[in-house]
Amino acid sequence: MPSALVVDRLHFAFTVTFHYIFPQITMGLALLILILKTMALRTGKETYDRAARFWAKIFGINFAVGVVTGIPMEFQFGTNWSEFSKAAGGVIGQTLAMEGVFSFFLESSFLGLFLFGEKRLGRVGHWFSALMIFLGSWLSGYFIVATDAWMQHPVAYSLASNGMYGLRSFWGLLLNPWTLWQYPHTMLGAVQTGCFVMAAIGAFYVLSKRHEEYGRMFVALGVVVGVFASILQLYPTGDGQGAMIARHQPVTLAAMEGLFHSEYGAPLAILGQPDVANQRLDNPLVIPRGLSFLTYRAWTAEVKGLDQFPRDTWPDQIELVYFSYHVMVGLGTIFIAIFVIAAFLLWRGTLFRTRVMLWVIMLALPFPFIANTAGWITAEVGRQPWLIYGLLRTSAGGSPLVSAGNAWFTLIGFMGLYTVLGILYLFLVYREIERGPEAEIAPSRAGS
Amino acid sequence: MGTLWFCLVALMLTAYVVLDGFDLGAGVVHLFITQNEDERRIVFRTIGPVWDGNEVWLIAAGGTLYFAFPVLYASSFSGFYLPLMMVLWLLILRGISIEFRRHISTPMWASFWDGVFFLSSLLLTVFYGAALGNVVRGVPLDAEGRFFEALWTNFRPAGTTGILDWYTILAGIAALLALTVHGALWVALKTEDGLRERAQRFAKKLWIPLALFTVLVTWASFSLQRHLSASFAARPWGRIFPTIAIAGLLGMILLLKNDVKSFFASCTYLVGMLASVAFGLYPDVLPSSADSALSLTVENAKAADRGLKVGLAWWIVGIILATIYFVMVYRRFRGKVEASLREEDY
Repeated sequence: MPSALVVDRLHFAFTVTFHYIFPQITMGLALLILILKTMALRTGKETYDRAARFWAKIFGINFAVGVVTGIPMEFQFGTNWSEFSKAAGGVIGQTLAMEGVFSFFLESSFLGLFLFGEKRLGRVGHWFSALMIFLGSWLSGYFIVATDAWMQHPVAYSLASNGMYGLRSFWGLLLNPWTLWQYPHTMLGAVQTGCFVMAAIGAFYVLSKRHEEYGRMFVALGVVVGVFASILQLYPTGDGQGAMIARHQPVTLAAMEGLFHSEYGAPLAILGQPDVANQRLDNPLVIPRGLSFLTYRAWTAEVKGLDQFPRDTWPDQIELVYFSYHVMVGLGTIFIAIFVIAAFLLWRGTLFRTRVMLWVIMLALPFPFIANTAGWITAEVGRQPWLIYGLLRTSAGGSPLVSAGNAWFTLIGFMGLYTVLGILYLFLVYREIERGPEAEIAPSRAGS
Repeated sequence: MGTLWFCLVALMLTAYVVLDGFDLGAGVVHLFITQNEDERRIVFRTIGPVWDGNEVWLIAAGGTLYFAFPVLYASSFSGFYLPLMMVLWLLILRGISIEFRRHISTPMWASFWDGVFFLSSLLLTVFYGAALGNVVRGVPLDAEGRFFEALWTNFRPAGTTGILDWYTILAGIAALLALTVHGALWVALKTEDGLRERAQRFAKKLWIPLALFTVLVTWASFSLQRHLSASFAARPWGRIFPTIAIAGLLGMILLLKNDVKSFFASCTYLVGMLASVAFGLYPDVLPSSADSALSLTVENAKAADRGLKVGLAWWIVGIILATIYFVMVYRRFRGKVEASLREEDY
């Protein structure tokens, strides 16, 4: 049933892409809100508390949409990928269940306290719940990345005669070397989204001359955290992630780089369009020998091209893998430039007079979302044609009795529902930005 | 190992039904027992800080089911494809109606989300009941342990059944009544004065239909699924579970004037009913409606033992932590909601 399989893939791709808009904001903001609460605790200044309350509101909207769009992800393993679930549930079910038991209980309990209990908890208690929300959301990220990492690089498993994979080592699964690079790389991506969201809204306030005190605080915090996150994103985490792919998924690396033929001293493609039929890169703009150096730290090392691998192990969407990878890296590089220049201007004390830079920060808002999404597309489409790399093909993982018609029906349903959800979300966040942080008076003085 | 995990998953699902059950029930009753916007906001406040944590029991139970019984997870989730997707949509609508409503305080915005909250909560209770009905009756499993059922066929009790027919709808209505009463008693527990009295009256009005449907659905279940009576005959000690359910059912009405006791009676009723179902089905986890040899059981649906042993270690730690959080949160927000109305920014 090839056509049902295509719909199942689209189904998961659509729902997970939409879902991940929200966790990347909440995981990023969780760190920034914790910093704001820490500043409030250390300085005793009401402005930090108000800022934290303002961002907690935006966090709350994002969290709600993240939660409701997240449940379908767990369920879809069973509904649309039943053969995969039957085979792998004994392993990846562990990390998914741990996410529920260890992070979601923590996160949801403390978010309730954080949003509704500021007065009852006191200053330290409220700071502590911010810390717990941060831990909960970052732990949740860990379990999800560990789940994906096992599909990218299966370890610590045993195979029973009935075709089911079992867990051989708990710590082996949790400390998968793939996870140890993918996790920081993913989280830094989320931090950058959080930084851009905070800095962009701050820049909007400064440029429109409203809530300027808060606007400057938001820009400064976003830029300072962002400059570290963007650099660490490239090195060492991006570099380490690349090394894992070069070692364990060399055919994916060749597709990402658009390298059709093996070469000593392979060039690094900056721009160009892969022509898969003719096995070449059109209009290439390359750094000679760059790829060999980045991959093996040697200018003349051999990098294997797609021609070294059997065709049935090539990712089935080479163009998509190539472009999503290049979009991710290109945007990541631009982010470093934006954050470094902004941080320099901030240090010189001229950032808030440099209107061009504030415009750049504000208009950059959509791009971290694109970069994070492109990164995930690189990882997931790059893993094809495997569902569990080297063990189970995607074509063998679907639900045999769920027809394409049923999958289309629910995919269309999700598209409609998520469109409405997206519009409502933008509307509510826009209203909170319009209200601004100065409306966030302490709860003890608030009316009903 | 299989039996142990069967009990643990049943425990988590029961926790979900008891906890999120009152959120859903509050969603069903909130339009009937409130007289103005202030009162409706009080109802939302009773569940505001806790509903999401309650829903986590469903996610955690789902994850636990996934790793402990991967064969069951794969078979049942793909077989119940359409109703499960609709449950997901309803959960989305229910969640955002609670979260989005409070951001804008205009009457139209509030009315819209009140309607969404009511409908999604009501349909969820019916779907949950129908789902349980399907599991009790069994599904047409093939030799690979797979099945696929249409949403409905001909509404006859046997033969080619659909997800919805007279029996599963009966179970759905029973669940609707049980969780509505549960929600009304929760609102009574958390509120004062007029609202509390109206919630109690509502629970009282629905008690006779609830008792009636409990009897009906029990009778129908025992006549459709022979396995149930066989279980209770083979292990008579299990009759304690229906006894608990009956005690809870009677407790609800006899202790109605006591907020705390009547709510806990309702919890007892739900625990007793669900435990009876789990006990009656064991060792099946998904009975086959055609040939009992094809049924999925705790033995043929479970994951490898090593993983289950490993899972037990972290599961115990995790559930102890979760219990601590829950005790903490419910203690923080204990007492009547109205008293804290003016001090909380919500």
